[in-house]
Amino acid sequence: MLATRIIPCLDVQNGRVVKGTHFLNLRDAGDPVERAALYDAQGADELVFLDITASHEKRDLMFDYARRVAEEVFIPFCVGGGIKTVEDFRRILKTGADKASINTAAVSNPELITECSKNFGAQCVVVAIDPKKTGTTPSGWEVYIHGGRTPTGLDALDWVREMEDRGAGEIMLTSMDADGTLAGYDIPLTHAVTQLVNIPVIASGGAGTLAHIYEAITEGGAQAALVSSIVHYGTHTVGEIKDYLADRGIPVRRVSI
Amino acid sequence: MKVAIIDYGMGNLRSVEKAFHKVGMGGAFITDDPAAVASADKAVLPGDGAFDSTMLSLRRSGVDDIVLEFIASGRPFLGICVGMQVLLTSSEEGDPDARGLDVVPGRVHRFPHQPGLKIPQIGWNTLNFVPDSPLGVDLPGQNSAEGGPMAYFLHSYYCAPDNPADIAATTEYGVPFCSALHRDNVWATQFHPEKSGPVGLAILRNFARL
Repeated sequence: MLATRIIPCLDVQNGRVVKGTHFLNLRDAGDPVERAALYDAQGADELVFLDITASHEKRDLMFDYARRVAEEVFIPFCVGGGIKTVEDFRRILKTGADKASINTAAVSNPELITECSKNFGAQCVVVAIDPKKTGTTPSGWEVYIHGGRTPTGLDALDWVREMEDRGAGEIMLTSMDADGTLAGYDIPLTHAVTQLVNIPVIASGGAGTLAHIYEAITEGGAQAALVSSIVHYGTHTVGEIKDYLADRGIPVRRVSI
Repeated sequence: MKVAIIDYGMGNLRSVEKAFHKVGMGGAFITDDPAAVASADKAVLPGDGAFDSTMLSLRRSGVDDIVLEFIASGRPFLGICVGMQVLLTSSEEGDPDARGLDVVPGRVHRFPHQPGLKIPQIGWNTLNFVPDSPLGVDLPGQNSAEGGPMAYFLHSYYCAPDNPADIAATTEYGVPFCSALHRDNVWATQFHPEKSGPVGLAILRNFARL
């Protein structure tokens, strides 16, 4: 039986892991490769690196740590942040990353998703979507880009469906309202998206307790849960999350220690 | 021992190379040189993406003949993911006229549309190896009460060999499907052993020992 995935997400800036609230107030959370090895040992099913490095000159740092992660960690990982072209996408896959996620560039150039899916296969094309409840679109959820700073006027549910049609292999759904609050995933949003599309959905934003993760899977219908603060600051290990889920009948992959 | 990881411009080759190095196979190397493949002890064909475009790349680069010659020599050969699918005769994916290498008679199918069954299958799923399969021996978690060893899958299509004797392992995803195959000196996995943690590394070690 396919296991529900627990995926630690590492926001990376200038080659260091950071974590903030509502995309702001960043705190240092360590070296990407050390963190990756730690979560691998705890039984993480996958890793996501979201690069929020603003300066263009430092972009090569992304390729450096992705390469080092691929050398030391034998589980899949996804890299996102600043991908604008098919060539950017190819470069990230070449470092040893299994998938790349696209967010802002999908809005400014939806054809990019079609092209990447055609060139590299849907299985490695992750579309990251950051909706916020604004009430200004038919579903009430509006897509934001630029790390949550810019509203697009796009309806989140329409957008998710378009991305699936264009060949996205997976949706990484981060609720702007819930992210960093530790108050739980946005269950209505997660449920609406998982019911709508036929591709896997990774729920993201808001995990503060083990019960929140359980709810994202059972009530939200997510195939995977992205976790950050809850594991970065030692509240719980990935292994503890899986024990909790397994005790409640959710299929998970356990690693023997 | 030399393990040639065949480069034809597709696939995540570095991860495969690093994983072999991790299990002590320092002689694993990436190559697009036909002579280097021909002189290797074992060969690996990784693959990502679509069946038809992969076959096109194999034909354009002449790697299709290199692979067929290597397999005909009787030395151990391993296909991974789409590198498994192209060993079959044909596929439902893409161009209906695209032919595979036809080393293992059979067809590649798309997972069925079923309520709640997300496609692609992405994630860790359980491997049920046939008894005494050399690839499946001594895997971590094999005897655990928690359901057996798991490996990482990332695919929308799966292999259905015509001859059930070619199936080395099965996995369930909506339907039971062939997650590893074995025919004479040819081995292949639908999952990514290079991304399957300790279980995947053990499978690569088993292949290296064949």
